[in-house]
Amino acid sequence: MRAAVKLVIEEVIPVATAITISGLVKDFGPRSRALDALNLQVRTGEVHGFLGPNGAGKTTTIRVLLGMLRADAGRVSVLGGDPWRDAVALHRRLAYVPGEVNLWPNLTGGEAIDLLGDLRGGLDADRREALLERFQLDPTKKIRAYSKGNRQKVALVAAFSSDVELYLLDEPTSGLDPLMESVFQDVVQELRAAGRSILLSSHILSEVEALCDRVTIIRAGRAAESGTFDELRHLTRTSVVVDTAVPPTSVARWRGVHDARVHDSHAEFSVDPGELNNVLEHLVGLQVRSMITSPPTLEELFKRHYGEDTVPARGSGAEVVTSR
Amino acid sequence: MNGFAGTGRLVRLALWRDRLVIPAWVLGMGAFLVATTAMFQEQYARHPALLEPDTRIVVENPGMRVLGLVTGPHVGGYTLHRDALVLAVLAAMMSVLAVVRHTRQAEELGREEMLRAGAVGRYSSLMAAVIVALAANLVLAALLGLGMVVAGQPVAGSVIAGASIASVGIAFTGVAAVTAQLSSTARGATGLSSAALGLAFLLAALGNMLGTVDSAALRVTSAWPAWLSPIGWGQQMRPFADNLWWPLGLSLPATTVLFGMSVVLAGRRDVGRGLLPERRGAPHATPALSSPIGLVRRQQRAVLLGWAIGLLGFGLVFGALSAQIEGLEGEATEWYAAFGGDAGLLGAYWASMMQIAGMAVAVYVVTLLLRLHHDEAQGMLESVLGTAVSRLRWLGAYAVNALVGATLLILVFATAMGVTGGQALGGTVSLLRDLFGAALVQLPAIGTLGAAVVVLITALPRWSVGLSWALTVFTIFAGPMFGPSLDLPTWLLDLSPFTHVPNAPAEAVGVGPILGLGLTCALLAVAGMSLLRRRNLTLPA
Ligand SMILES: Nc1ncnc2c1ncn2[C@@H]1O[C@H](COP(=O)(O)OP(=O)(O)OP(=O)(O)O)[C@@H](O)[C@H]1O
Ligand SMILES: [Mg+2]
Repeated sequence: MRAAVKLVIEEVIPVATAITISGLVKDFGPRSRALDALNLQVRTGEVHGFLGPNGAGKTTTIRVLLGMLRADAGRVSVLGGDPWRDAVALHRRLAYVPGEVNLWPNLTGGEAIDLLGDLRGGLDADRREALLERFQLDPTKKIRAYSKGNRQKVALVAAFSSDVELYLLDEPTSGLDPLMESVFQDVVQELRAAGRSILLSSHILSEVEALCDRVTIIRAGRAAESGTFDELRHLTRTSVVVDTAVPPTSVARWRGVHDARVHDSHAEFSVDPGELNNVLEHLVGLQVRSMITSPPTLEELFKRHYGEDTVPARGSGAEVVTSR
Repeated sequence: MNGFAGTGRLVRLALWRDRLVIPAWVLGMGAFLVATTAMFQEQYARHPALLEPDTRIVVENPGMRVLGLVTGPHVGGYTLHRDALVLAVLAAMMSVLAVVRHTRQAEELGREEMLRAGAVGRYSSLMAAVIVALAANLVLAALLGLGMVVAGQPVAGSVIAGASIASVGIAFTGVAAVTAQLSSTARGATGLSSAALGLAFLLAALGNMLGTVDSAALRVTSAWPAWLSPIGWGQQMRPFADNLWWPLGLSLPATTVLFGMSVVLAGRRDVGRGLLPERRGAPHATPALSSPIGLVRRQQRAVLLGWAIGLLGFGLVFGALSAQIEGLEGEATEWYAAFGGDAGLLGAYWASMMQIAGMAVAVYVVTLLLRLHHDEAQGMLESVLGTAVSRLRWLGAYAVNALVGATLLILVFATAMGVTGGQALGGTVSLLRDLFGAALVQLPAIGTLGAAVVVLITALPRWSVGLSWALTVFTIFAGPMFGPSLDLPTWLLDLSPFTHVPNAPAEAVGVGPILGLGLTCALLAVAGMSLLRRRNLTLPA
């Protein structure tokens, strides 16, 4: 059976993918499944956002992509190779920033950058100097003496100093100040312009929106959604605020309406994608005086995909998702 | 007393965290003492006439006096001559590791910061760590005493015996409290304490070797160096003979002073930092660093230097004592004769010293290889394997460093012993040649233990540290220094690689054992490699 499935998948996959994952399963024990038939595709030359709530399986996925964990089932291909079997050869062509940067406390930042670059097969000295400059990192300090953000910069400079085809970044900007965040974004844009592929796991929505061509949202080890932002928006409820001449008392009963709150002639609610037209037909009968519809905000988008059952309408004082 | 706020709660936390570790140490030591005491008790109950001559052997022989202090013919005392040093070292290490775990390690991992953000005083963690270590030693004293009573020894001597061993643990609780302030890493703090322990052993050993023997050859009076060492103080309690309490009047005040020092030091430094200033370093890696082998060497170089200095010291001392061995007569000769066949006393002495050094170097190799697990569990390995370094290359870097380090250390010891031995007896060149040969034949056994540790690390990563140390202790006890006198069955002795080390330079080196050990080492290494290639890494979640 497996062989047949595999054949079909191979026909479907376009040649130009940097990462292809299909049906990936990873168990950490009899009853703890971290990845449950995950599918993910990163096209060559794109910046791909990898999002999901804490514990969803992002780090686990990236470690499988690096051959540090072995897939229990499914097919994984990185730059056309098998990450478990061809780990070393593939790692010459990619760079990795781990989610938790643990380096050798007694080396200096400069030594660690050189070391990791050399172990990858060499780094570009000019690029290294330029990155140190841009990230304002002092390479003569011992790792243990760096602040959290500066330790993170060591890992970033070490990864970006190598000119490779693929960058795997697991929450690469945690701890960076806003200035450094924008330096990071500039560097990523430059890499994309140069045709490099990047998988970016992040909880910072503005960063993801600014950088990513496409995103995959993972939840409980499965890909919940994948596509461009526009595609994702189409899948999500629209918020409506409306004033009508006839009090809209029946709003809550209309098909596709959620979280309706009615006050005299004023109503706020959200509408499922595909039901907007139906709702408009109802509204016409109530004689609309004013109406605002807005696409979901990023926060709403993610909150919905991160697993909340109800998506409150806009302006209802919903918290912004900032889970880290 | 705000500086000590929250100590009670921290004591409970530390006790909970140590609920398995400390009982394992204490019970392990207790079981070992009970078993060996019962064994000697039974042996001398059957042949009471042997007790005096056996005691004379260990009294008259300076090499045997290294292990402990003998005071008259008593079964309990004879047992302690075999066990006390090992137990004292274990009690000291238990205390050092406990203190460092709850002080410097907590700081290094950032836990201390979380605690201090609460209503917790500047000295509370230090105080809690010391309280827990002291409590562990009190329990240890009681258990060891009880164990000897159960094994048929007089009550007064048993109680003193337990106290004398625990007193070493108590003194090193104080030592660790200080070193945890000096070094900014847990590894460094443990290393400094271990160096102090090595010095304490050297002083006690030297004091006893240079001590005087009474006319009946049943009692040793130590020379002055023994009085500078906590291990020596414990021995001067002379359990089962004099049963003295007053040497505690040396170790307990010393501990108090050390603790006071540690509090003063702790008050002067910042959380997370040592007392040495943080210096800047090189902005670039040298080519020597930029490889897995170079990285491991860099991480290890201070430790290796410490071991080299230690073995140099021991080698110089033991070499210089060769002259005393040559002048040996009486019953002590028999022990060496058994060890070295009929090849002469000196050869046998050198062979046994070389084997002790071999076991010490094996301990170094185990500490080095356990860093493999440390790298994996702490997450450094993740960064390295994210580059073009394969798992096997990483393992190989450790293997090369272990081999080179072990060779270096054993040759340092051989050189030191050859130089002072040659000074004492003449014939330095030929002695050095003999000792180099004897040094190199230790390596296959060391390698075999190392390869077994690698298998443990690759097969059972989470349990590898405890299992590796258990295995190391077992191979040492089943080895030639302790195994035969512990009456262990032959098949058990044969399981220790050290049992198969040739008695060079006393006897000619046979090819068989060397090949056998080499083959075992290779097989274990291959098993370790293939396991490592197959399994998941156990990275921090
Ligand atoms: N070594 C491990 N042993 C057992 N379970 C693990 C291990 N590593 C990860 N897990 C589990 O696998 C699941 C996925 O974890 P993972 O670290 O991949 O999440 P994540 O998406 O990266 O989360 P975060 O956003 O918090 O970084 C979690 O339930 C986690 O508890
Ligand atoms: Mg993660």
